Amino acid sequence: MDGVTLAIKRGQWLGLVGESGCGKTTLAKTVVRLWKPNSGHIYFDIPDEVKAQIEQLESQGKNSSKLSSLLKDNDLGTFSGSRVLSFRRHAQLVHQDPFTSLNPRMKIKNIVAEPLRIHKVLPGHAIKRAVEELLGTVGLSSGQLERYPHQFSGGQRQRIAVARALATKPEFIAFDEPTSALDVSVQAQILNLLKDLKKEFGLTYLYITHELLIAESVCDYIAVMYVGKVVEMGMPEEIFHTPRHPYSKSLIAATPVPDPKRRIGRIVLPGEVPSPANPPPGCSFHPRCSQASAECHESGPELKLIGDDHYVACFHPL
Amino acid sequence: MRDWRFTARQLLKNPLSLIGVILIAIFLVIAIFAPLIAPTLEGHRDPYMIPRDGYYAEPRPPNELHPFGTTQGQYDIFYGVIWGARTAFRVAFIVIGITILIGLVLGSLAGYFGGVIDEVIMRITDVFMAFPWLILAMALVAVLGPSMKSVIIALCAVWWPSYARLIRGDILQVREEDYVEAARGLGASSGRVIIRHVLPNAIYPALIMASLDIGAVVLSAAALSFLGLGAPEGYADWGQLTQFAQNYIIGPMNDPLKYWYAVTIPGAFIFFFVLGWNLLGDAFRDIFDPRLARR
Amino acid sequence: MSQMKDLIKIKDLTVRFYTYEGVVYAIDDLDLDIRQGETLGIVGETGSGKTMTALAILRLIPYPGKIESGSIVLLGRDHQSGLELLKLKEDTMRSIRGNKISMVFQEPGAALNPVYTIGDQISEVFLLHRRQELGRLAKQRVDSLLSNGSGPAAAVKRPLWRWQSRLYNKIAQQPRPLEPRILGHIPLFRRLLWRLGDEARLLTIDMLKDVEIPDPARVASQYPHQLSGGMKQRAVIAMALACSPELLIADEPTTSLDVTIQAQMLELFRRIKVDKGASVLFVTHNLGVASEVCDRVGVMYAGRLCEVASVEDMFLHPLHPYTRALLDAVPMPGRPLQTIPGALADAFNPPPGCRFHPRCPSAMPTCQQDRPKPKEVSKDHIVACYLY
Repeated sequence: MDGVTLAIKRGQWLGLVGESGCGKTTLAKTVVRLWKPNSGHIYFDIPDEVKAQIEQLESQGKNSSKLSSLLKDNDLGTFSGSRVLSFRRHAQLVHQDPFTSLNPRMKIKNIVAEPLRIHKVLPGHAIKRAVEELLGTVGLSSGQLERYPHQFSGGQRQRIAVARALATKPEFIAFDEPTSALDVSVQAQILNLLKDLKKEFGLTYLYITHELLIAESVCDYIAVMYVGKVVEMGMPEEIFHTPRHPYSKSLIAATPVPDPKRRIGRIVLPGEVPSPANPPPGCSFHPRCSQASAECHESGPELKLIGDDHYVACFHPL
Repeated sequence: MRDWRFTARQLLKNPLSLIGVILIAIFLVIAIFAPLIAPTLEGHRDPYMIPRDGYYAEPRPPNELHPFGTTQGQYDIFYGVIWGARTAFRVAFIVIGITILIGLVLGSLAGYFGGVIDEVIMRITDVFMAFPWLILAMALVAVLGPSMKSVIIALCAVWWPSYARLIRGDILQVREEDYVEAARGLGASSGRVIIRHVLPNAIYPALIMASLDIGAVVLSAAALSFLGLGAPEGYADWGQLTQFAQNYIIGPMNDPLKYWYAVTIPGAFIFFFVLGWNLLGDAFRDIFDPRLARR
Repeated sequence: MSQMKDLIKIKDLTVRFYTYEGVVYAIDDLDLDIRQGETLGIVGETGSGKTMTALAILRLIPYPGKIESGSIVLLGRDHQSGLELLKLKEDTMRSIRGNKISMVFQEPGAALNPVYTIGDQISEVFLLHRRQELGRLAKQRVDSLLSNGSGPAAAVKRPLWRWQSRLYNKIAQQPRPLEPRILGHIPLFRRLLWRLGDEARLLTIDMLKDVEIPDPARVASQYPHQLSGGMKQRAVIAMALACSPELLIADEPTTSLDVTIQAQMLELFRRIKVDKGASVLFVTHNLGVASEVCDRVGVMYAGRLCEVASVEDMFLHPLHPYTRALLDAVPMPGRPLQTIPGALADAFNPPPGCRFHPRCPSAMPTCQQDRPKPKEVSKDHIVACYLY
């Protein structure tokens, strides 16, 4: 992940779209502090004035002690120990593969209760009730408490993972491709569940997917990533109907749709997805880009506002 | 619940593992009911000392008083092998128990935390593994004085490195699993992650190796006793009985098998005990590995 | 379309899995035809039986599964009367796998042996199934050396070449010639047959070019781990197409690939059909992919076929309630997401009668009693539902 700047508003469902190696999983795991960032800042739920102050001090350039103390208090990237622990009550991550994200030797009642126990949110006797309630919220009946994960289907396991994420009543949940391992009909059920939960609990979502169609259908805002950078951000309808970055356009065109009339006139993007360990110089997309010029080879373009809440990182936006 | 029934059924379905189960069951019965099968004589304080019927050196063949005969020094073989079963179980389980414990602690620290801790622990392991086990065990027993306790300590010292390594390796693998990362994401402390998540999933190969090793431990203890560096003289231990027989393995020229009972009977007990555990260990390995692929 | 000749006719196929927890009807009385030169897609979710159908054709059903009954007949160029695949001996079946019918799996890395180069693995297919042709090509090369060679070097090698020519002739003429086989086992003399490997390598490079792998000669000498997912899958397809099979079975070949790479692969599949004249059986759970690459599509649910139709008919005028529900559940821009109520049919205890009836909005009393039989409702459009 290379210089990503992103803001997720409270209550927003942000979709992060990209192919393998683009850094979307890295971003999600860094935001929930499973991984520590090498540089840069993460601000979670801090007042706008504080953030403005930090930015102002940073733009002034000098390394003041006020700046460092402000950062120490507010930059999630620097937290450690008990502050990270208390952060975890407010932000959780749901993993991609429901078959490996649950401990196969733990009963699901313990899996869902674990966050409650770790954070000592409830007294011991209240935990069982809370677990039953959580399972009910995600659509699982309470008679299954004593079972093990392998006795459930993929969709059910993902629901258990969501229940676990909801246990400490977080405000923010990051989802790492939660439906890519599931069947189409199950996927629809899980997406509807996430929609309902978001409304009921006022949650904010960071939703990672490689399927643009899902993002377009459920998200409030979409960011497209390519090899560690955000290349385009905007409202779903805009991105889908008027993509401004050549990569977004190719991605949309390459996504198969069950509509036989859409077969003709597809842009097939040549070449391979570059490895983030060895990205092409300048704009990482330029070897595969039909609009590439000499400038694209020299330096990487920055994200620029080109429409209503619509950002593109390209020297030749479409 | 259903899982254990499945495991039990698998164990009994395979003829070889069934034989293993039966053998171990027989030895278990012998060990538990030793006082009934071979009652201690009046006045003997330590039931593990084999009663002697005289001090004559030459072993006597089986007769009504001594169903399996007597060995050098007139120690009753029957009493010896029956109570020897108890000794065998005791030594095996204590040694395996302690080595698994040491292996768990050291292996977890090395595997989960990595870095310097891993390096230090692994080098210590390397040093121990570099010794030929028999020499090291003999040296330790010689220093501590021959007794069952020193045999146990010596075997623990020789055996723990392989468990530490094995568990460390499995932990290295389990550590990368999604559910471990999820546990950390929930805010679990390292201790909690190791004990509740990593170990329960990493320990199965170690348990399988343990069941295969029980036989090996008993063989090693018997070897030490045979060399005279194990149980004290007259102790009810299979290896000790073979030590008594070492001068009588081959009899006089005209009747070389004259004293067959002295070495064959204790040897047979060792053989079948180890065989039973080996078969059981193999069966466990077959059951626990593909179980993950059962569905 | 229905004038097209059939290549594979599957009738009454039933595959059962005998597991510890019970018997699963992975495929339940399936009738399906694959026509020559067409790409037939099979779409379904978990437990639909789509992968098992593909495996059944090649008789690769894993334990504890068993093909209980039914017939799979291979027709086509060489088998006008039809070859009953389920009754063949294993030896004959092996000569068909990789040769007349070949398969591409989901994980591109899984089909490639990590310790052999790509070139070696594809050449292996040629050496196994096209030995006679390789012998012929090798003989041609040696013969041209014999006629054109001059100078002292050539004079020394001449007897060697004559021997090689004779050997290659034998290989080209007879299926299992004696002399080359014996010599092939003796280390020093095995070298005489080196041209076979050489010819195989040339064919391999041609094959890699066909699947649009850039710089094929270099790729042929690389190992699987040096290639990306898309390239590996292309290599696997090259292996599968090496012997110009009549049927290529692809089991979710693009599921593990990135979207843009998947688009390239689908383009490749479309081209293969045209260039090689092979039929393709394309198994997928992704309706979009099916609509991109298939001519006809079949939808399966819980081991049974629900509907078979051309791609246009299937996606524009779906008839079976399950097909309709499935299409509604696919996220599409500008349309709310519809879910299918209930859960997938329990494999051990499926609903009686029509497997879909508990979740079907148009369920009738008959649906719970007897299973609906497939009927041709309109031209080339078969549905198994009591609504029709």
